Amino acid sequence: MASSIRVRATSNGDTTEVQALIQHPMDSGFVKDAKGEIIPPHFIQQLSFEYDGKPVFVADWGGGVSKDPYVKFAFKGGKKGDDLKVSWVDNKGATDTTTAKIQ
Amino acid sequence: MNITTSEFFKARRMVLKGAGVAALIGLGVIPFDGPQALAAANDKYPEDAFKQKNEADAIKALYGKTAEPSDKVKMDAPEIAENGAVVPISATTTLADVTSISFLVSENPISLVASYRIPAGTLPTVSNRIKMAKTSNVTVIVEAGGKLYSAKKEIKVTVGGCGG
Repeated sequence: MASSIRVRATSNGDTTEVQALIQHPMDSGFVKDAKGEIIPPHFIQQLSFEYDGKPVFVADWGGGVSKDPYVKFAFKGGKKGDDLKVSWVDNKGATDTTTAKIQ
Repeated sequence: MNITTSEFFKARRMVLKGAGVAALIGLGVIPFDGPQALAAANDKYPEDAFKQKNEADAIKALYGKTAEPSDKVKMDAPEIAENGAVVPISATTTLADVTSISFLVSENPISLVASYRIPAGTLPTVSNRIKMAKTSNVTVIVEAGGKLYSAKKEIKVTVGGCGG
């Protein structure tokens, strides 16, 4: 299966800008379906980005983050061709990980 | 061999029971120990903060202190969001030593939406997309040098993001 994570990390020499888009329903547990039944909560709780063995950004999320979440940040350093590791874990214990090359 | 296996399972059961008791004690203790425990559990998912309905309670559960408004915290968000399910919001600050940035929506059933940890070397700027149940104040909290600073803005929502 293709990864649920799409990452673009671009270095401009001094800083690396990271954009990530993840496929996930992000059900808050407050929405009802067509039959009027509550859709149980199912959302990513933690998303982390690691460069050179250290975390550069950690997101703690609740059900209030939009479906197919998007996040953008930047960190100092990061060389073109280096790896950026991205992983998430949701409230049901599911996880996914990917490694992107900094461009 | 059989004996050791059964002993192993017995021991394992005892460990599990022990863990259960410890967890119960842990739950009982949480309300009494305040900010130090929160700081110690810094790299863990702040489960408790994401259970608070009210904004002030969520900030307290997350940081153990209150925020002061600051014009050094900037929020970039629409005046009117046509679709409450996807409201693009970004936050940035000129404050130094930023360690985290959080987003809260006061009218959402769970106020805390997202909290981002900013290690040294990461720029204090975050963009993301959040859900809004209805027209509400959105608060950005920046933790810098151990203190909390906030910015607030009302965003009007034409179609709520919590379905119906």
